[in-house]
Amino acid sequence: MLLSDTPGSFTLPPPFSGYLINQAYDEMFDTDGKPRAAYRKLYHRLLEMPLDTLQQRQQAANMAFLNQGITFTVYGNDEGTERIWPYDLLPRILTSAEWTTIEKGLTQRITALNLFLKDIYHEEHILSDGVVPRSLVYSCRHYRRQMRGVRVPFDRYIAIVGTDLIRLPNKQFVVLEDNLRVPSGVSYMLSNREVMKRVLPSLIDSYGVRPIGHYGQALLNTLASLAPSGASDPTVVLLTPGVYNSAYYEHTFLARQMGIELVEGRDLIVHNNVVYMRTTGGLRRVDVIYRRIDDDYLDPLVFHPNSTLGVPGLLNAYRAGNVTLANAIGTGVADDKAIYAYVPAIIRYYLQEDPILPNVETYLLSDETQRRYVLDNLDSLVVKAVGESGGYGMLIGPYSTAAQREEFRHRINDDPRNYIAQPTLSLSCAPCFVDGEIDPRHVDLRPFILYGDRVTIVPGGLTRVALKRGSLVVNSSQGGGSKDTWVLDS
Amino acid sequence: MLSRVAENLYWMSRYLERAEHTARLLDINLYHLLDQKSDYATQRWQRLFDSLRIAPLDEEVDDAYSVTKALTFNTQIAASVVACLSEARDNARQVREQISTEMWEQLNRLFLHIKRTSMEDIWFSETHEFLNSIKEGVQLFQGITDATMNHSEGWHFIRVGRFIERAWSTAALLDIHFRSVPLSQDYRDDDMQPDHLDYLEWVGLLRSASAFEAYCKVYTANIQPRDIAEFLLFNAEFPRSVHFCASMMQTALHSIARTTNARHTVRVERLAGRLRAALDYDQIEDIIDGLHSYLEHIQLQCTQIHNAVYQTYIFYPVDTALVLEGASQS
Repeated sequence: MLLSDTPGSFTLPPPFSGYLINQAYDEMFDTDGKPRAAYRKLYHRLLEMPLDTLQQRQQAANMAFLNQGITFTVYGNDEGTERIWPYDLLPRILTSAEWTTIEKGLTQRITALNLFLKDIYHEEHILSDGVVPRSLVYSCRHYRRQMRGVRVPFDRYIAIVGTDLIRLPNKQFVVLEDNLRVPSGVSYMLSNREVMKRVLPSLIDSYGVRPIGHYGQALLNTLASLAPSGASDPTVVLLTPGVYNSAYYEHTFLARQMGIELVEGRDLIVHNNVVYMRTTGGLRRVDVIYRRIDDDYLDPLVFHPNSTLGVPGLLNAYRAGNVTLANAIGTGVADDKAIYAYVPAIIRYYLQEDPILPNVETYLLSDETQRRYVLDNLDSLVVKAVGESGGYGMLIGPYSTAAQREEFRHRINDDPRNYIAQPTLSLSCAPCFVDGEIDPRHVDLRPFILYGDRVTIVPGGLTRVALKRGSLVVNSSQGGGSKDTWVLDS
Repeated sequence: MLSRVAENLYWMSRYLERAEHTARLLDINLYHLLDQKSDYATQRWQRLFDSLRIAPLDEEVDDAYSVTKALTFNTQIAASVVACLSEARDNARQVREQISTEMWEQLNRLFLHIKRTSMEDIWFSETHEFLNSIKEGVQLFQGITDATMNHSEGWHFIRVGRFIERAWSTAALLDIHFRSVPLSQDYRDDDMQPDHLDYLEWVGLLRSASAFEAYCKVYTANIQPRDIAEFLLFNAEFPRSVHFCASMMQTALHSIARTTNARHTVRVERLAGRLRAALDYDQIEDIIDGLHSYLEHIQLQCTQIHNAVYQTYIFYPVDTALVLEGASQS
């Protein structure tokens, strides 16, 4: 292991001999090259384990994913191909204390965001009070006028949330972004744990790791608890766009875990403002829809008229209060990256509390002063399109070419409302077993938050890894991988 | 279950049965060519296409090579082996979660097998082995299905698909073969032994239904057209007879009706029951002069049952919506 400023000061035994620590926070090692308390057992185990064995275990893990057909689709390199889920064997470990902070912070955040959504689709107090600019909300592509005044069961707009956290060099976790529309990845979180238990059972046993297998049940309870009042023993379904969707595996996985029907738009029919599914036994009423389809495609009578994925008349049934959608229509306004900059203010406004988990400093390019600063400093900033996901529509200044920066300059000037910028951050690094050695790679963390009658957060979440050395892009659709995340019992 | 899922399982099953049927017919006809004069070849190919209900093709397809290529590898011909396996797999893919992993893997394996094979690979030495492997591949799938899938609603829809297809195509096969032979022709008279070539034709017909040995167990090797018709139509125990298929259909449809608790199942059950009863009680003596119309009627009934299955379970109109007991309609 080398400290970049002081070459040759420390040498760690193999398999860590090539391990390089830079200015990013390293999850496993402190600046003296000692393993952190939570990682000691792992460290010693890795010292004892021959590299061959580690290699075998990694291969066993790959086989497990392969046999189960756990794949995802990668776009962008001329074809949509299914790849086996890239999984790194070494767990990412969080202490109980670290998790408690995260849990409190996320609970606070989702509560406030839910109140925000209710407010902007009804009385709009926060807009009248000038805390969030009205124009910013109305100009958001995902703000749905059709939801104005619509009563949502239990005022629950966001029942299922995936919030991306990163750890800064000062050890603190900050929120990178919220995903409030159709967050995905939870099936990989669950599969990673299952494979870990098979491949490194004694290691996980030697630690005390909080279980996560109850997610399916927690999700089902969350969904059922949001059924329109009067529905006893509610029928819950998962609405999928179908086999060609990149997350289809997750849809089938979750439907099976929960024991609910996996439906496509064409299986549902709205009659008298009630949603039914077509079964061989006749029409069966549907009370709650866990929808994995974007707003745009949900109802061709209201949104994209050419969508064959949706259900004509669904919004009418929704307005009539006869069906619950998780998540509600129109939540995208609250995960717009420009609105993100206001979330700390939103938390203070509704809860009269300071945010427990801070935001990352964000420049709003619709503001002229901020825009000028950003355009002058494109090579050191990260620019993101406000409504995108999957790591697309992003410029990473320090790694960009002049041509790319020019392109973004044009885009920003054309449509400043559509972009924000943030300083390039050093995501923390965790040890990964790559190409036969253990090397640090940048990671983030996506916990999954459920909000039914109360907030439930399964310990840990999906740790995503930028598998390319030095890369900061962790999204699976662009070649990232993942790890099992452990929250220790104590 | 979801109507869409039932539909996919039903068609997966029908297409697999069809693939096997085409492969078997083609194999038997190729095999027979070896013993027969080439003048009969054109007729035979025509009869093969008729049995499979294939419309006249654009190009000249009247030799063993081009017939084999067309019926095995031509994706444009709906009844070809590759087209049927493709459709079967596509249907299965849509409902992957409803079938067992073993079923999916077998179907996938079978599909890849044919996709990776070309005429050049098999023509000179291994045509029979290849067609046999298709047949066995489908049979293996059916066995895996029975062994790994719950024998519940989905499984019953698979059986309905299989036996409708089998009944229909057996009836079509018989119809074509008996077109030019009076059923009353009786070779029992010592002066009228079938000549060697005719004998091969009849054996060919039996083999096309994998029925030769089973037939012999019942009737001995004394081949009589009337007995063949009787065997393939009315025998209650041979798994490829029309009667057997009708029984299986009725049982499966009855199970579905019971499981789904759907209303309006009367029509589909009545149609299936009527077909089965006819085959229970009709006898070859009754239909000696009217075999063609009898077989046509059977195919018609199969179509009616298919339509009734659709109307009851899959595409029922919403206005006369069937609502499950206990669900409220506001």
